[in-house]
Amino acid sequence: MNSPMRPGGVDIRLEEVTFTYEDMRMRFDATIEAGQITSVMGASGAGKSTFLNLVAGFETATSGRVLIGGADVTAAPPSARPISMVFQENNLFAHLTVEQNVGLGRSPALKLAEADRTDIADALGRTGLAGKERRLPRELSGGERQRVAIARVLVRDRPVLLLDEPFASLGPALREDMVDLVMSVHRERGMTVVFVTHQPEDARRIGGNLLFLEQGKVIAAGKTEEFFGKNGPEAFRNYIGTGNAEPQSQEFARKPT
Amino acid sequence: MSPQATEGGAGGSAGLDPKSSTAASPPPPAFGRTLPSRGREARDSRITAGVIALGAIAILIGGAFVGLILEGVNDLSGAIAAFDGYLFRVARFTLWQAALSTLFSVVPALFVARALSRHPHFPGRGLILRLFAVPLALPAIVAALGVLALYGRAGYLAGLLTKISGGDWPGIYGLSGILVAHVFFNLPLATRLFLEALNAVPTDQWRLASQLGMSARAGFRLIEWPALRASLPGVAGLVFMLCITSFTIVLTLGGGPRASTLEVAIYQSLRFDFDPARAVALTLLQILLTLAVVAVLMRLGANVTGDANLSVAPRRYISSGRGETALDAALIALGLAFVAGPMLATVLSGLESDLMRLAGEATVQSAAATSLILACLAALLCVMLTLALAMARRALQLQRKAAGEKSFLEHMTDTGAGFVLVVPPIVIGAGWFVLLRHAGNVFALAPVMVVTVNAVMAMPFALRAVRPAYDAASERHERLCAQLGIRGWSRLRLIEWPVLRRPLSTAFAFAMALSLGDLGVIALFGSDSVQTLPYLLLARMGAYRTADAAGLALLLGLICLALMALADRLGKDTAQ
Repeated sequence: MNSPMRPGGVDIRLEEVTFTYEDMRMRFDATIEAGQITSVMGASGAGKSTFLNLVAGFETATSGRVLIGGADVTAAPPSARPISMVFQENNLFAHLTVEQNVGLGRSPALKLAEADRTDIADALGRTGLAGKERRLPRELSGGERQRVAIARVLVRDRPVLLLDEPFASLGPALREDMVDLVMSVHRERGMTVVFVTHQPEDARRIGGNLLFLEQGKVIAAGKTEEFFGKNGPEAFRNYIGTGNAEPQSQEFARKPT
Repeated sequence: MSPQATEGGAGGSAGLDPKSSTAASPPPPAFGRTLPSRGREARDSRITAGVIALGAIAILIGGAFVGLILEGVNDLSGAIAAFDGYLFRVARFTLWQAALSTLFSVVPALFVARALSRHPHFPGRGLILRLFAVPLALPAIVAALGVLALYGRAGYLAGLLTKISGGDWPGIYGLSGILVAHVFFNLPLATRLFLEALNAVPTDQWRLASQLGMSARAGFRLIEWPALRASLPGVAGLVFMLCITSFTIVLTLGGGPRASTLEVAIYQSLRFDFDPARAVALTLLQILLTLAVVAVLMRLGANVTGDANLSVAPRRYISSGRGETALDAALIALGLAFVAGPMLATVLSGLESDLMRLAGEATVQSAAATSLILACLAALLCVMLTLALAMARRALQLQRKAAGEKSFLEHMTDTGAGFVLVVPPIVIGAGWFVLLRHAGNVFALAPVMVVTVNAVMAMPFALRAVRPAYDAASERHERLCAQLGIRGWSRLRLIEWPVLRRPLSTAFAFAMALSLGDLGVIALFGSDSVQTLPYLLLARMGAYRTADAAGLALLLGLICLALMALADRLGKDTAQ
């Protein structure tokens, strides 16, 4: 990439953000460190996706402020935020080729210069998709499709990457590969990564920070390893089902390998 | 390229990267160009498109009403005086013929549908159902000619009918002609709708019925009749509505003032008597009548665009006796003969005409060219309006989120489009006719009127093809487009067009077929300089050049059927 600035990451702050979804009132106060990977965990319905949607701009806060890199983006539309996002599904346009799908990250009108094409080819090579430029999404496996989405993140090159359970439908081994890919992309670009997952082993593999949500609130935040340690928050330990029995969790974490 | 150096959203605050706020602002990156300045609430260009489309429709319908109101105010005494005995006789006949047509279409349809549903393996069942879809696609004037070719004074059956009736067969003009043609159109439609209702009966009910040992009669009473009864008001209402606004059939088969409906009387008052005050009175009555019928229809929850989706017939578990099977077969055969007869007559009489000479005639060629050009333009306009409405509706729905109340605008883009069916084309045509007659030569406006009115009239049908496809595509693409900032023209070109090409083609072919066969607006605005195939057909009929008319009818019918078949095919492929 020939970006003039080393992308690095920017911090994300949610200041007393409230939002009502159906009957649930949510209130988020959180700071996500710049340039770190932060996992977001919590039971179904705890508000993980809403949290991410508020950052991404798919939902607008009823009150409070969303700040990205110090700038107030509370009312900005999704495309005006310095964000790339990978969804669980529908990350690709089925009628466009791999190359076009990645190219949309550079130009939403798909007007690509030669330099853009080089970047796209680099990104595809980097994500292990070289030679598949002309394929349509239906000719790819589930894992490959998510790789295309990550290749697009690379050419889009924004300081924040949001991942909304992107590998939930993949098998364990494949999921590990993908988590590793995300981590290597993060090492390379240093952007701020927010990763929503319900797989404790994913969060553990990533390390970094962790936000734990319950009933529309961030009830615990800190280093991931502390969460999984002996003195992790009780609510979190109840959620992952280890209770006080630390050894079990280690066994659990080893299981996929 | 510095993609992340962007300006803040709403607050107009500094760049997102703190560094860039102190440095000189870099030139806006590619995506920065399209950043809306008002943040999230920035108007979606899709909504703008929908507003423009609604505005165009409002002008078309509103202009007609302005014309009618101005005329009524100008000549108030004339308009009031027009409410005379003649007017009420016409109104009474309009209702009477519609009621009889409905009765004769719907009651037999109940039995034919039941017979067809009882025998899912009846030989040729699929073919019969496809044949029953043909009248929907056939221009009314072609059907009218088919009816005349079969039952007319010189029709194929005239000899037989003379023998039966004992005297000279007087032909089929007047009420009887209107009824036969209306039943020809609506019996198959009602049959298909009833069959759909019967097919919706869960297979488990049939299994249970057979397990309990229900007889055919009990099965009818306890299972089939409740399903039929539920759809009866809607189907009957739809047929009544179609008959009350029927223009072409009454114009070609009705005989004189004794068998004239409001729509035909509007046409006559403008084209022959040139009595705008009377036209205003007639139009007012027609609008009131259709409004009343539509109000009742909405109450009944009828499907006003009337198309039946026939699924595969479910298995039947009640076996029919031999007598019943024979009766059902006879019923189906009768229905088939009634529907196929005029079609066959159209083909036969068309082939008897001098097709080669007709095809070489300059008038025919120019009418065909005019027809095709106007129909293409109407279809294009229809598809554009439809897409704009579908997009705006979806965009408004997304903006509103799940909880909020629908705005007026959303209602307009949603159900508003269906309301154009309330205003018959003749009424719109009549309104513009009286409005523009002072502005010069109204007949010069024929192309504009035909294109716009036909486009708008085909819209409710086109929406049925386009809207579900658009909504499904939006469901998949909305967040991705918002995330990547794909919007406006780029979105239409890169995302919507490849996905919607087929449903849009379906809508186009359908709208084109409707427009090609239409004899409504062109009857008012047509002249020697601008004539379409249906208009030429009517002229040839009026000049008693029956063979020419038959040839033209065959030609027109085939073109419309081909287009409808194409629309159907494209639509089916989309569904897969």
